[in-house]
Amino acid sequence: MLSVPFDEMESKDGIRPPYRNISQWIEETGTELLLRRREEAEAIFRKIGITFAVYGEGGDPERLIPFDLVPRAFSANEWKILDTGIRQRARALNAFLYDIYHRGEIIKAGVIPAELVYENKAFLPEMIGFEPPGRVYSHIVGIDIVRTGPDKFQVLEDNCRTPSGVSYMLENREIMGRMFPQIFSGGPVRPVDHYPNELLRTLKEVAPAANSGDPTVVLLTPGSLNSAYYEHSFLADLMGIELVEPQDLFVDEAKVWMRTISGPQQVDVIYRRIDDSYLDPLTFRPDSVLGVPGVFDAYRAGNVTICSAPGAGVADDKAIYVYVPDMIRFYLDQEPVLENIPTWQCGKPDECKYVLENIQDLVVKEVHGSGGYGMLIGPKSSKEEIAAYGERIKANPSEFIAQPTLDLSTAPTLVETGYEGRHVDFRPFCLVGRTIRLVPGGLTRVALKKGSLVVNSSQGGGVKDTWVLQE
Amino acid sequence: MLSRAAENLFWLGRYMERAESTARIISMGQRMAMLPGTPGRSEWTSVMQTTGAEMPEDEMASELDVVKRLILDPEGPSSIQACLLRARDSGRAVRTGLTQEMWESLNEDWRYLESLDELTARSQLSKVLEWVRKKSAYFRGAVDTAMLRNEGYYFLRLGSSIERADMTLRLLNVKYFLLLPETEVVGGGRDHHQWMSVLHAVSGLRSYHYHYGSDYAPWNIADFLLLNKIFPRSLAFCYSQIDLCLSHMETDHGGSHKCQKTARQELERLNRIDISGIFNDGLHEFINEEIARTSRISQEVSDAYHF
Repeated sequence: MLSVPFDEMESKDGIRPPYRNISQWIEETGTELLLRRREEAEAIFRKIGITFAVYGEGGDPERLIPFDLVPRAFSANEWKILDTGIRQRARALNAFLYDIYHRGEIIKAGVIPAELVYENKAFLPEMIGFEPPGRVYSHIVGIDIVRTGPDKFQVLEDNCRTPSGVSYMLENREIMGRMFPQIFSGGPVRPVDHYPNELLRTLKEVAPAANSGDPTVVLLTPGSLNSAYYEHSFLADLMGIELVEPQDLFVDEAKVWMRTISGPQQVDVIYRRIDDSYLDPLTFRPDSVLGVPGVFDAYRAGNVTICSAPGAGVADDKAIYVYVPDMIRFYLDQEPVLENIPTWQCGKPDECKYVLENIQDLVVKEVHGSGGYGMLIGPKSSKEEIAAYGERIKANPSEFIAQPTLDLSTAPTLVETGYEGRHVDFRPFCLVGRTIRLVPGGLTRVALKKGSLVVNSSQGGGVKDTWVLQE
Repeated sequence: MLSRAAENLFWLGRYMERAESTARIISMGQRMAMLPGTPGRSEWTSVMQTTGAEMPEDEMASELDVVKRLILDPEGPSSIQACLLRARDSGRAVRTGLTQEMWESLNEDWRYLESLDELTARSQLSKVLEWVRKKSAYFRGAVDTAMLRNEGYYFLRLGSSIERADMTLRLLNVKYFLLLPETEVVGGGRDHHQWMSVLHAVSGLRSYHYHYGSDYAPWNIADFLLLNKIFPRSLAFCYSQIDLCLSHMETDHGGSHKCQKTARQELERLNRIDISGIFNDGLHEFINEEIARTSRISQEVSDAYHF
């Protein structure tokens, strides 16, 4: 029962203003040339090595994410709304994390049920009472946003741990600039290439108080087999910092050191792109050989800053998501600029009943799932699939949430016969240090299959360059 | 710089150089196998010996063995495909230490050899070898024009210089008997062409003539490959590079290590001795001794820089 989704380029009054240049450019370039240039773009991506790994599927171990040549555009006014809403949300999420690891005011006030926080798998009792520099837990907040109407932006989910994809934001722009320099002439599009500088500034701001002088920042990657390794090396490169693997670091006297050719060198800030559970085998996973033994003690001793903070994952849990608008009201005393999507929590009996009765119209997700795996899209599933999923919900209701099937906006996307609208979402990357920074742009993901709503790269999604236009 | 990064750059230098060396040695085999009167598969056998590849059971190698073991084998120590894969892996592990062009040169067409079957590779052998040489030239050009001259560069150069010295020595090790005086008597057309093939393999044909005139004399060829100070593939030249890289490391990072001392002594020795002395003491012994020393320096480098 899908109605006609909002198309970002074409309205009944003609081409919408933010897309005027794009529409004209498509017209002038012609489908044939665009298709040819798409192949060139793919060759460039392949050559540079911007790939991601897909686990357990065989085939090409280093796969490309398809790049759609047609940019997605926001007007200056649209961006103003997004910018305010994103910053607001990032602040509230960090305030929430500080609160739950300290006095727990929001729980005492009865806004959020205690068990959702304290029994959450991502909640780390070891973090209670600890004061991270700047009181920041999530330094890079990736907020997934969908558009459902001309003025309607809604948040699909928050990513407070290690959101990935920012390298695509940068590379997509780079490729577009390389291939079609003329469409950027006159500067109609706000640049995004200062993101790495802003990120480094953010990371340096949260160096331990004990550090005087220029802090040493490193990016900690699980290694070159990780699916996001390209992004790790790309960011480290642009920030001019060392890309380290766990075995390059060690802890001595509660300080973190990296092994260099001239001996140990102290590390002040770790931008980690590995999960909490692999961070420190001494604290989190005694069975793990991965990680840096003792790094958590060094962190607690105030000798190193870990970004994002261990335990930040509580804030981006799908069960907590429901309460983010309340957090904004509670901590900031403001009305949320970006709405949530109405969400039914199957953990609540009456809401669970509603979900089971209307499952054919809903999208059901696992509370701890990510990447588009393990979800059910009611209108696109068979009776058998729905029945089987219903049984899973009944067996473990609190593990599921449900949302209405959304009319995600569509944006023009290159196809063999020209262009057609495809569903898109949007992930900006908000930086939180002593101040909040947001580069005008982000990653637009597009579901390349006609009618599909799944934009995840692991399931056939592609990416687009995202334009924020000058006033 | 991280020790792991230094190690990866060092091996990146070695593997890229080795891939090219193997291609050069196979080209040499190709030329030699074309000479009239070449007994059966002996030239392909000596190609395999030079690279230290595992020999077929009957100890005689064919062109197809060479294609299988030295070009398409994804694992052999000198196989071109294996070297290029390892070079790319090393490069990928230190992406931040590479320039964009260096990475592109490693990454471009990285699955090309994988896509060839044995018969295709054999029928297009010259084209495949040419591809390897171009790829390594592209890589070297990318290093030369854009890489910062800091410790990363010196580790990379160190790796490639050590590998190159090793290749020149191995080539001589297999063909040294051609250069012994008694073969001069036997001499004649075949030896002449074999020497040409050796010089061709090190891209030294014109340089040799430029430096020594037109005649091929065993001691001149040995002098050219071992002691010449300006030919970039001679042992002495490679050691001047090794010493240069290690001196930079010493200046920038302090601490005098064993590898620095070994390299400097060796360079001084190569500058001091002359070729007749080497022949008097035994060419073969000299080469074996040098191969051992070169591998020892490699070990001393990894000891000094913690990898």
